[in-house]
Amino acid sequence: MPLDQSFTGRSYPPTAPYTVGREKIREFAHAIGDLNPAYHDIEAARALGHPDLIAPPTFAIVLSLPAGHQIVLDPALGLDYSRVVHGEQRFELRRPIHAGDELTVVVTVEKIRSVAGNDIISTRGDIATTAGEAVGAAYSTLVSRAAEGSAA
Amino acid sequence: MTLVRYTDVEVGQVLPTRSFPVTRADLVRYAGASGDFNPIHWNERFALGVGLPNVIAHGMFTMATAARAVTDWIGDPGAVVEYGVRFTKPVVVPDDDTGALLVVDAVVGEKRDDNLVRVDVSARSGDDKVLGMARMVVRLP
Repeated sequence: MPLDQSFTGRSYPPTAPYTVGREKIREFAHAIGDLNPAYHDIEAARALGHPDLIAPPTFAIVLSLPAGHQIVLDPALGLDYSRVVHGEQRFELRRPIHAGDELTVVVTVEKIRSVAGNDIISTRGDIATTAGEAVGAAYSTLVSRAAEGSAA
Repeated sequence: MTLVRYTDVEVGQVLPTRSFPVTRADLVRYAGASGDFNPIHWNERFALGVGLPNVIAHGMFTMATAARAVTDWIGDPGAVVEYGVRFTKPVVVPDDDTGALLVVDAVVGEKRDDNLVRVDVSARSGDDKVLGMARMVVRLP
């Protein structure tokens, strides 16, 4: 079933504030096997000019994924999430996310299309501090793969 | 920590090739840390049921791992201003003690104004190219 095209261009209210914690950064960095001192050692991070531990460049997914769920898990959209794989991902960072940041995400549906029976949705999550400072953006494209034997 | 400087970098410069093993345990740990509990990343029965060859790594895990080929080289990961990838093939992770092996190469693709450098990244697992159009832009000192 094709996706509901009327979702294109739709924006959602800012997500509840997310406070970036030092231990969350360390946990995430450990989970990607990354022992860079900037993620683990406060003095090392400060020596590089950062105010506190910084988060790895892909950390924003921790916020942008649940923010995007507002869109992709909405039954009205018609996306079969069980068949979803990640198609593309891009982050733009005006500065690194660091411990102590209080962040919200505003997600927008940028594009919806169907290619060879695969439903494809592209979203943007604009990340800002609760004080209104733009921090960056997360661009995601999800692909719901056509089922075997489907008309596509 | 030694930091790579803008003036030290040349277009075409090849970064050290990196190899990263990926096991099922890594995926479970990444699921917990990232909050992405999609069962295709840890449940073989579910993965096979939706037509995948087996459990596959989170694209975001692959992306994060591949980033290290650049961030370990430049020293300060806070230098990253942009990072984007296409997930061209899944990293299939077998249920054994070895798992999959992710091999990451990177080359300096462009030097821009403002101390910005674009690094082109490629990643493969077995015979599959698993990332396409993988590019990181960093602002070097």
